[in-house]
Amino acid sequence: MPQPLDYLKETPSQTAGPYVHIGLAPGAAGFQIYGRELGHEIAAPEVPGERIRVEGVVFDGTGAPVRDAMIEVWQADAAGIHPHPEDPRHADCAPGFRGWGRVIPDFETGLWAFDTIKPGVVAGRMGRPLAPHISLWIVARGINIGLATRMYFDDEDNSADPVLALIEQVHRRGTLIARKTAPGLYRFDIRLQGEGETVFLDV
Amino acid sequence: MKPAEFHQRDRLWHPPAHHPNYKTSVSRSPRQALLSLEGSLSEITGPTFGHNDIDPIDNDLIRNFAKSGDPVGERIIVHGRVLDENRRPVPRTLVEIWQANASGRYRHKKDTYLGALDPNFGGCGRTLTDETGYYFFRTIKPGAYPWRNWINNWRPAHIHVSVFGSAFSQRLITQMYFEGDPLIAQCPIVQTIPDPRAIDQLIAPLDMNAAIPLDCLAYRFDIVLRGRRSTLFENRLEGN
Ligand SMILES: [Fe+3]
Repeated sequence: MPQPLDYLKETPSQTAGPYVHIGLAPGAAGFQIYGRELGHEIAAPEVPGERIRVEGVVFDGTGAPVRDAMIEVWQADAAGIHPHPEDPRHADCAPGFRGWGRVIPDFETGLWAFDTIKPGVVAGRMGRPLAPHISLWIVARGINIGLATRMYFDDEDNSADPVLALIEQVHRRGTLIARKTAPGLYRFDIRLQGEGETVFLDV
Repeated sequence: MKPAEFHQRDRLWHPPAHHPNYKTSVSRSPRQALLSLEGSLSEITGPTFGHNDIDPIDNDLIRNFAKSGDPVGERIIVHGRVLDENRRPVPRTLVEIWQANASGRYRHKKDTYLGALDPNFGGCGRTLTDETGYYFFRTIKPGAYPWRNWINNWRPAHIHVSVFGSAFSQRLITQMYFEGDPLIAQCPIVQTIPDPRAIDQLIAPLDMNAAIPLDCLAYRFDIVLRGRRSTLFENRLEGN
């Protein structure tokens, strides 16, 4: 018998359920409890960069909007820096830039939106830069483990992005690219299943 | 800290996206394979939280919403450590919980269960782990509640738990169950997890050593997040 390996196993995931808002966005659940809810401001007003709004709907496999989801976003600032000690340039990250937010769809229509600044190019592996992108993580009733994806921008040069290039079915790359619909406004729908299914990531 | 990647997530330990006995998952599960990536800066970083973000009372669900007195129900402590797969504590990480009250009713505009709302119970709390990864909450033991799946499905008593870790790729939401609950074995959501040992990881034992005599019982719930490799990126990050 070889020596046993001394690793623990990751705690298994369970669905966030229909009432995820109570814990993570109680205002959306219908009550106030905390001095400050987290995740409302991704970039404070003084943060430099192009102010943008991103909106969309999460659709299920039947084409119905997923109205009880919770989406978290994570991104770099306009210079491509993450406010985190493991970003080698984090000391230069814009003050007031949190980079993280929580997004709750309208319970009737499923439409969600968040305001932020457009992220910059992020340093990637092997010196290959990552085109500007926002990471998203989606949980909801019926989602057993949070779904990770990325949103790119259709008015940026995505041609050399190493992650998009990994998607073997070229026609699916577009599922990760938000469409500019007006100045400062982007549309990014997420399809959980079926026709036009969004590419989800194992990161 | 130096950039290092996380262990690959063991997707066979977690529930599969699609599980026919948990009906809502049928139309909310991707059919295509996930795209597996090596970690980049976007994943090995993640949001950080500090004591400015929360208030000390936020981890006391018996008091954080109370209006006219204490909530009804069995008073309990839920406590434990957040560790990674390498058994290292995860300090200063945000732990958020939410739950039904003792009647099995949630304070949510979409919950219409006939169990009574408790005017003194909100049902959510949050805290930061300390330097050793330790956290604790004081709360009320939640009640079981029925849900529409098969017509007579009941959720075992459970507390929903959200944890961040230090990187966005460690992000995790799960549920904690209580030792000895016969509904665990019957729950379609619990049973989406294929390995019984993984289910056991979600069952908090009664912890009499942490109970406060004449006041409240205690349950212990340790949480394990993905560990990271001890080796650095072989392909260095540009700008490093
Ligand atoms: Fe629940």
